[in-house]
Amino acid sequence: MNKLIENSIKKDMLINVGPQHPSTHGVLRLILTLEGEIIKDTKPVIGYLHRGKEKLAESRTYFQYLPMVDRVDYLSGFFYQAALCYAAESIGEIKVPKRAEYIRLITMEFNRIASHLLWLGSFLLDLGATSPLFYVFREREKIITLFEELTGQRMMYNFYTYGGVKKDFPEGWIAKAIDLCKEMPKLFDEYEAIITKNPIVLERTQKTGILSKELGLNYGITGPNIRASGVNLDLRKSNTYSVYNETDFKTCLAQSGDSYARYIVRVQEMRESLKIVEQALKQIPGGTPEKLKVKKVNCNCNREECEYCGFDSKLAEKKINPMTFKLPIGEATAMIESARGIIACYLVSDGTAKPYRIKWRTPSFSAVQILPELIKNSPYSDLMPIFGSLDVVLPEVDR
Amino acid sequence: MYDLYAKILNILRLPEIIAQLTWAVIPFACIAALMVFVVIFLVLMERKFLAWLTVRKGPNRVGPNGFLQTFADAIKLLFKEDIMSEETNKLLFTIAPVIAFAPVMIIYGLMPFTEHLIAINIAVGLFLVFALSSLTTVGIVLAGWSSNNKYSLLGGMRSAAQAISYEIPLVIAVLSIAVLAGSLNLKEIVTAQSGGLFSWNIFPAFIGFIVLFICSIAEVNRVPFDLPEAESELVSGYNTEYSGMKFALFFLAEYAALFIMSVLISTLFLGGYLPPFNDYLSIILLDNIIKNQAIMDILIHLEQGFWLVAKTYTLLFLIIWIRGTLPRLRADQLMGFSWKFLLPLAFINLILTSIIKLAIQGY
Repeated sequence: MNKLIENSIKKDMLINVGPQHPSTHGVLRLILTLEGEIIKDTKPVIGYLHRGKEKLAESRTYFQYLPMVDRVDYLSGFFYQAALCYAAESIGEIKVPKRAEYIRLITMEFNRIASHLLWLGSFLLDLGATSPLFYVFREREKIITLFEELTGQRMMYNFYTYGGVKKDFPEGWIAKAIDLCKEMPKLFDEYEAIITKNPIVLERTQKTGILSKELGLNYGITGPNIRASGVNLDLRKSNTYSVYNETDFKTCLAQSGDSYARYIVRVQEMRESLKIVEQALKQIPGGTPEKLKVKKVNCNCNREECEYCGFDSKLAEKKINPMTFKLPIGEATAMIESARGIIACYLVSDGTAKPYRIKWRTPSFSAVQILPELIKNSPYSDLMPIFGSLDVVLPEVDR
Repeated sequence: MYDLYAKILNILRLPEIIAQLTWAVIPFACIAALMVFVVIFLVLMERKFLAWLTVRKGPNRVGPNGFLQTFADAIKLLFKEDIMSEETNKLLFTIAPVIAFAPVMIIYGLMPFTEHLIAINIAVGLFLVFALSSLTTVGIVLAGWSSNNKYSLLGGMRSAAQAISYEIPLVIAVLSIAVLAGSLNLKEIVTAQSGGLFSWNIFPAFIGFIVLFICSIAEVNRVPFDLPEAESELVSGYNTEYSGMKFALFFLAEYAALFIMSVLISTLFLGGYLPPFNDYLSIILLDNIIKNQAIMDILIHLEQGFWLVAKTYTLLFLIIWIRGTLPRLRADQLMGFSWKFLLPLAFINLILTSIIKLAIQGY
């Protein structure tokens, strides 16, 4: 009799989360099988934001495609432009002046902080705390204002170009950035004071969504997510693509691999990024733009190795005509450590003005794939905190 | 008071029976008005205070400094279309907000706002308050079940689980008050605390105060115990499918319950309408100036109201502050917290207060 009743009651419930749900960070759809409140099975459905970024490249010239890559990840546009530029530069063997590399590095690291800050807010929103979101927006606003001053845009910057950057820092920008670098750590202390040791946050995040080393590596998880599992994978250290080898910073690692570890790694990374920016602002060749202008006029020697009018203090090698810009036949992959992990741009050039093929490898795509493994057998309430801790940006998944 | 009322109706040449019938309605009309008034300003206060906590401005467009924002919202809700999806259980779906709302309204009638401002003064007032406040959960479960929405269902189920685990420590914490006052009548509980700040129940039963405070936050489903309507998981929980006036009833019930819970805590533990001094301020300050007893009574009455409102809003302030600070607990953690931590604490409190009571009174 008991068995009969047991069989007649359907135990599991199919529930559809998203694509319109307040906290799926965009348009992810998850088909969950619940047993009570325990998640038994998950099926992520992606593609609601597919814009065909890879295919679009094939019908556009290199310069027409450049502004589009910002939109792949709206929170950290600089990284995608950088990846495309590095790929094109390595095919065309275009040299990048050091000053331009420094400007790239400073903007990228600021972008990393801005992205992590927004992640922090939305992660705590997933946990149910509403106020941190407003605080991180206050701080992010300061960085975004700096970007706006520099590039004219708040999110879709379109600032890098093949062979350098488009503009120099405006006057006074460096002083403002240094001030911000000094101010920020105090604000991070403020967050940590109410989040890091908050018993409810600890209870909710520790020992949930544990990502083991092997699993993470098998699924191709990168960035802070894998560093939280104790894998020392940081392209800024190992590939030294920009001028990262000239700055001193450490890779932040955690061992436990749970949501809390991912939080800790990201918060530490923000502090490290600030350190990188601070050093870069001091070391930038030519110094502040005002000083550089004066020195250039006074020096006017036009020697290659000159500190003020040589190659390294320029913004780009030479002015490229966007209409005639072509790359030689060849292929290249540029890999970059973005805020979310490794992004790779695979670029094939057939010698025409348009790329033959562009393939993006995005870290969020791997992170969504691993979600079913992480949330298996955990309560439904843990779904969003675990998903949030992976820092997935949906446009990046769908491209 | 009734004589006056009957006299007025008599002057208007209405039969006495109308006076008898309508007399009972008047307190409830007053309570309903009070409730709506309180909720409208409580919502405004919460939004303004949360905005202040989160470096925003909050509502500042409707009326001076956003003062009329909630009125505008209430009017909007009144005129909204009432949407019901095809496969809902129409009767239960309609009845659920009423079940959630009505008990809260009756609790308003039981509360001694001042010495005389108490609509229903019965011997088992305290008992009735908790009996009614747990009825609200039935409405929420019904709403969750009848909406035919899986998120709502989960929200309703969570609400039931939460209610079961929080009612018990709540009631045991309150039991210590019954022991201290020797009565279940709310007015007598207040008068038992007269004699200044140090004779308030919070001193012998401080643990009970903490337990009751935590439990009452859970009882009204607020952060960090807002599981039934966890917006990051369940969209909006049990009221996802509701719109228009039905949603407004849930909203009203939630905030009204929040206010009345604070009133209850200040009544039970913080001396209710009594001042924190040995005597009323108006007696201490104005006794020699005003000789007229009637004016004095009115003054004392107003002062009682002031003290209760002050205590209540201090507690509300705390609750909103907690909302601005803490994240949400998970369902199983919430149960564990209640059964493993609050329940033993409530028992310890009960034993302690009983011992104190015996020590003071002897056998």
